[in-house]
Amino acid sequence: MTPTNPTTSTDALAEVASDPDTIDRHFPAAARTAAREGRDGDAAREALLLAVPGPAAYVVDVVRRVYDHGDAAERRAVLLALPALDAPDRPDPIGDTALPIVRDALRTNDTRLVAAALGPYAAAHLDDDAWRQAVLKVLFTGIPVEQVAGLADRADDELARMVRDYAAEREAAGRVVPPDARTVLALAHRAD
Amino acid sequence: MRIFDPHIHMTSRTTDDYQRMHAAGVRAVVEPSFWLGQPRTSVGSFCDYFDALLGWEPFRASQYGIAHHATIGLNPKEANDARCREVLDVLPRYLAKDRVVAVGELGYDSMTPEEDDVFAAQLALAAEHELPALVHTPHRDKLAGTRRTLDVVRESALEPGAVLVDHLNEMTVDVVAESGCWMGFSVYPDTKMDEHRMVEILRRHGLDRMIVNSAADWGNSDPLKTRRVAETMLAAGYTPDDVDRVLWRNPVEFYGQSGRLELPETQAPGASEGELVAAGATFMGNSVLRGARE
Repeated sequence: MTPTNPTTSTDALAEVASDPDTIDRHFPAAARTAAREGRDGDAAREALLLAVPGPAAYVVDVVRRVYDHGDAAERRAVLLALPALDAPDRPDPIGDTALPIVRDALRTNDTRLVAAALGPYAAAHLDDDAWRQAVLKVLFTGIPVEQVAGLADRADDELARMVRDYAAEREAAGRVVPPDARTVLALAHRAD
Repeated sequence: MRIFDPHIHMTSRTTDDYQRMHAAGVRAVVEPSFWLGQPRTSVGSFCDYFDALLGWEPFRASQYGIAHHATIGLNPKEANDARCREVLDVLPRYLAKDRVVAVGELGYDSMTPEEDDVFAAQLALAAEHELPALVHTPHRDKLAGTRRTLDVVRESALEPGAVLVDHLNEMTVDVVAESGCWMGFSVYPDTKMDEHRMVEILRRHGLDRMIVNSAADWGNSDPLKTRRVAETMLAAGYTPDDVDRVLWRNPVEFYGQSGRLELPETQAPGASEGELVAAGATFMGNSVLRGARE
């Protein structure tokens, strides 16, 4: 039951460039196609999103639909592609218009999605309150803080206060304070 | 001992179950979409359910070292509610997903004309998406329902070898054996099938095309029934290789037809220490996750 005449990555890219709606069919299958070709599935999915032509508003509509219709691996691939869709050398970078996708991922408890949401795109665009809450969630869920992009630049006094309170709560309960909490505090103090 | 539970509704189970299943040897599961006790009234609640089967539930399973896959379909009970019919329109979107290894559970509940239409339409979708089909047999009027099921399968574009007919018992196994379809048995604490009757059926029919599951859900059921069947087989004189065939290699072969299984490395019985194999799962596009959490 393997595909009798499988689509190649090259065919899929060309089809999406000429008829963007075909991404609904190509994006879910892209990781399987990439695996057959010995390529990386996330990179193949990023390439499909970058191939969608048109102004940023249209591209973000397509990206949002692909994310909403995606399984966990597809959603993660969309999150990982956001910095490339916002790259300054793109004809029309998406700016902060994909933030609703980042916020959706940060509401989940799937650590793969939370980690992928905190890449360079969130570092560049996410507001301070949401970004600090996300860093705290990273500590809570055991995601390594080294996966948070821009931590050294954005860690501030308010984040330091939140992390100190978190550490105090752990200590009061007789629990271990994760070393990553100390890492965040050190970065926040260095930024002063 | 490695166990593949080819039919279990983990959405209804606790994290304690995942821990106990892993300790018992379960390394992979398939969760068929089905009804949830409370009837649904809109397509949106099906979409959220399907999304959970392809998002949150595999994540939860992975935390306990178990590979999770799903089958997607409109179940026969809710096929009778006109408000749920539109689910058929969103199915193609889900049948394209990586971890969807079959269309299902399909089949009959009350054998209505609506169920006929929805069943046949979904067997056609399975053929179109090059996926096998998981077919539930009804609780009531089971033998007649099983015969009617096999008639519909015969009229479809699917080969019998791409169809698993589930929840069989002593009354229904013969007609399915003759049809060439795979035979599924759900081993329950009180109803359906028990481990001793199961071993007797294996003794009479052999191990070919035989699939054993716990079908554990929100009712009185036990996610460790696959392990109990393995132990009962060993006590009855079957070899560890026989057990591996029924509880690992058979379900891998059936769902492997999708090309979409993602299995952890496991050790076959009799394999030398450290010799991890995937029991043929590398064929036809299925993948083995090297170094996956054990």
